[in-house]
Amino acid sequence: MKLKQLEGLLGDLRQFSRPKVELEQYATGPHIASRMLYTVENSFEDITGKVVADFGCGCGTLAVASSLMDAEHVVGIDIDLHALEIAQENASDLELDIDLIQCDIKNLNLRGLLVDTVVMNPPFGTNNKGADMEFISMGLKVASRAVYSLHKTSTREYIKKAALRNCNAISAEVLCEVTK
Amino acid sequence: MRLLTHNMLASNARGAVTGYPLKLQVVKWSTKEVEPNADFLRGILPKLDWPALVAATHALGLPELLPETPPTDAELSAEGAAEEEGGPLRRLHRALLEIHIEEGTLVCPDTERCFPISRGVPNMLLHEDEVRN
Repeated sequence: MKLKQLEGLLGDLRQFSRPKVELEQYATGPHIASRMLYTVENSFEDITGKVVADFGCGCGTLAVASSLMDAEHVVGIDIDLHALEIAQENASDLELDIDLIQCDIKNLNLRGLLVDTVVMNPPFGTNNKGADMEFISMGLKVASRAVYSLHKTSTREYIKKAALRNCNAISAEVLCEVTK
Repeated sequence: MRLLTHNMLASNARGAVTGYPLKLQVVKWSTKEVEPNADFLRGILPKLDWPALVAATHALGLPELLPETPPTDAELSAEGAAEEEGGPLRRLHRALLEIHIEEGTLVCPDTERCFPISRGVPNMLLHEDEVRN
């Protein structure tokens, strides 16, 4: 799939009509989501033919993008049923099969080495301090290949350090910086 | 939810030892055919918990779908394996990726805590006082 095509399809997805502030719900834009997944596949081969989990999937943008990039199995996980219902609709509109689980990421219990790659646009911890690190820490527990996550510039250095020091990450790298 | 997801999902309820495998009670399921990917199936085979997968197919009322012991890599790699209807590769593919649990319950094997599956989505939420320490 071409980047433009991916971005176009993601641009048509339904998003939150009334985002819940306490959950830091905000849509992952089609521009950033398409580039993120495109890079993850084309530079690291971590999507096509892989098992991909989207943590805090919300309306499912990254999960749908993974599926469009030919992930073999995609699991979207979110605490909010309403978001999962929209994700379900988005997937079925595009005739994609995505498994969805309603779960609080910090209480997730996923066994074994089945998940290759975790992608996420997590809460930044603005409203619920530490939520971003809970997501990272669980992602590193679950992914047998890599975790790809979006963060604010102001927390970038902290997250890199904490991932290496506290979450047993083998390496932590900034792949892209968005400037305004 | 498909059985590949069931194969990785465990309960985090207080009192759970491993919380795995979740017992499956099925009210409604459906099938949706998709193209098998032989390389993917060969890669995932050694990572599966085979008894958990077999138990799940039994819970679906499909005791004939999978054998008690997993297929060998040679069986999955055999020429024409992906085309052989009813062959080991197609059966594994069907079990993992074509069966969708629509309505039912997942039960924690250690605590009997029930997690409902509604419209395909298992609800694994726990109250704060129910979470494993």
